[in-house]
Amino acid sequence: MTTRTLAVVSAGLSVPSSTRLLADRLTAATVVALRERGIETTVEVVELREHARDLADNLVTGFPNTALRAAIETVTGADGLIAVTPIFSASYSGLFKTFFDVLDMDSLTEKPTLLGATAGTARHSLALEFALRPLFAYLRAAVVATAVFAASEDWAGGDGVSRALNERIRRAAAELADSIAGLPTAPPDDALQGPFGGTPSFEELLRGN
Amino acid sequence: MQFGIFSVSDITTDPTTGRTPTEAERIKAVLAIAKKAEEVGLDVFALGEHHNPPFFSSSPTTTLAHIAARTTTLQLSTATTLITTNDPVKIAEDYAMLQHLSDGRVDLMMGRGNTGPVYPWFGQDIRNGIELAVENYALLRRLWREDVVDWSGKYRTPLQGFTSTPRPLDGVPPFVWHGSIRSPQIAEQAAYYGDGFFHNHIFWPPEHTQRMVEFYRRRFEHYGHGAADQAIVGLGGQVFMRKNSQDAVNEFRPYFDNAPVYGHGPSLEEFSTETPLTVGSPQQVIERTLGFRDYVGDYQRQLFLVDHAGLPLKTVLEQLDLLGEEVVPVLRKEFAALKPAHVPDAPTHASLVAAAGGAKDATVYAAGDDVTGQAREEAEEVEVR
Repeated sequence: MTTRTLAVVSAGLSVPSSTRLLADRLTAATVVALRERGIETTVEVVELREHARDLADNLVTGFPNTALRAAIETVTGADGLIAVTPIFSASYSGLFKTFFDVLDMDSLTEKPTLLGATAGTARHSLALEFALRPLFAYLRAAVVATAVFAASEDWAGGDGVSRALNERIRRAAAELADSIAGLPTAPPDDALQGPFGGTPSFEELLRGN
Repeated sequence: MQFGIFSVSDITTDPTTGRTPTEAERIKAVLAIAKKAEEVGLDVFALGEHHNPPFFSSSPTTTLAHIAARTTTLQLSTATTLITTNDPVKIAEDYAMLQHLSDGRVDLMMGRGNTGPVYPWFGQDIRNGIELAVENYALLRRLWREDVVDWSGKYRTPLQGFTSTPRPLDGVPPFVWHGSIRSPQIAEQAAYYGDGFFHNHIFWPPEHTQRMVEFYRRRFEHYGHGAADQAIVGLGGQVFMRKNSQDAVNEFRPYFDNAPVYGHGPSLEEFSTETPLTVGSPQQVIERTLGFRDYVGDYQRQLFLVDHAGLPLKTVLEQLDLLGEEVVPVLRKEFAALKPAHVPDAPTHASLVAAAGGAKDATVYAAGDDVTGQAREEAEEVEVR
């Protein structure tokens, strides 16, 4: 059976956090959906709260320290990504943005990605579309069509509401599973991979390429 | 192996006293530091080039010429020369001149400059940084190697029948290093020409330096200049020492915590773990520095940054005493014992002259009149009018 890795980035700050709760629900649903497609999943969770200082240091020094580097490699090396943030002041949290700011610009290219967000009120739900989606479009991630928003009322257990959340989670997880299942089975055998593999030769540099 | 220091010429408030030196004080301090470097037995002094406060060194050849006149063995270099925003014609002229004044004790390190705003001050655009480095350096090499240059390119007025004067001392251009922290294109450029590659080695983890140097070495071999382990590698590094390790940490901490380049971020201890920064006893500095060889191989030049972040002159001179008395003699011996015979030393004027088959006078004598500088044809034109 094929195995894929799924990285989960959660920018929740409190413990327990509803952001992490949503991330876990999305993860569990994705693992199930992948299993239905004959794929086992290794899940690796990155809690950004644990890297709050590392991220601030990275802004100042320009490089990630050992702990943050491990988290970054978890995310950039995974086959798929679930990224969930609380909505603060009408957008993703600063902590969430900082993590994606310090990634190499190309490191999420074509990565199957599912976006999620939480907030106190459903009136923030479009932040997924006007804030998160453009960020990941810039990073050229392959973001699935359904992004999942959960407000406080979604967790309150009102039957119709939580059924609707469950349905959104199931649909989003299926989309992400399809996207991950569609990846080529082995990475392309490219001799130019490895550090600085894409550097133009000096003849090309002299020609101004 | 060459050992030395480099200064970026920053004028920074001493966080322990709140006092900021004047430009005049800091300029004199750098002269004293360079002179001291020779006195304590170091080989190289390299000076940065910047065109904005808090730095003073906009005119490095002026400063280096002064230092040349007051020293006898010290190799003078730059850290770095802005190959992007300087006119390559002016670099060719200035550094050939410095070569003559210093009797060949000069080499250069090319860099692109660290801030976007500098470029437009000199009519350039940072987005063309790599292209400028490539085109300008290609022209600079020709100006030093060909007496009469016809040239046209994208970023500078064409040249027709141009001769850069003075010609390089003994007909041999200064050796060139290329410095880059994170652009593999610059390592590629250094490899292509068989020039030296210098990694700043201060701000980033060792693994990063290792990858860049490895790439340069591989490409150096690819371009046929020798085996990968014969490529010419230089490293920066930052140290602060006291006999007692804890004294060094206590004394350096306020400078670290407030340094414009990395203050207000990780702690001194964290930064020392993540990067090559070494704050401690001379023995600790020796051990850490010898360890650099484990990840870049045998290398040719080690420069330390000792005078930034507002450290007072007295402290810097004490650091130089420790380097000269306790650290460098041991490093010299240990590195020499480890280095295989086929790995070359850093080129010097003497070695380059020898490789060129001896010194040649390269003077280009103009056909013109030696008072007005006019060539014969121009003089005739004037008479006709």
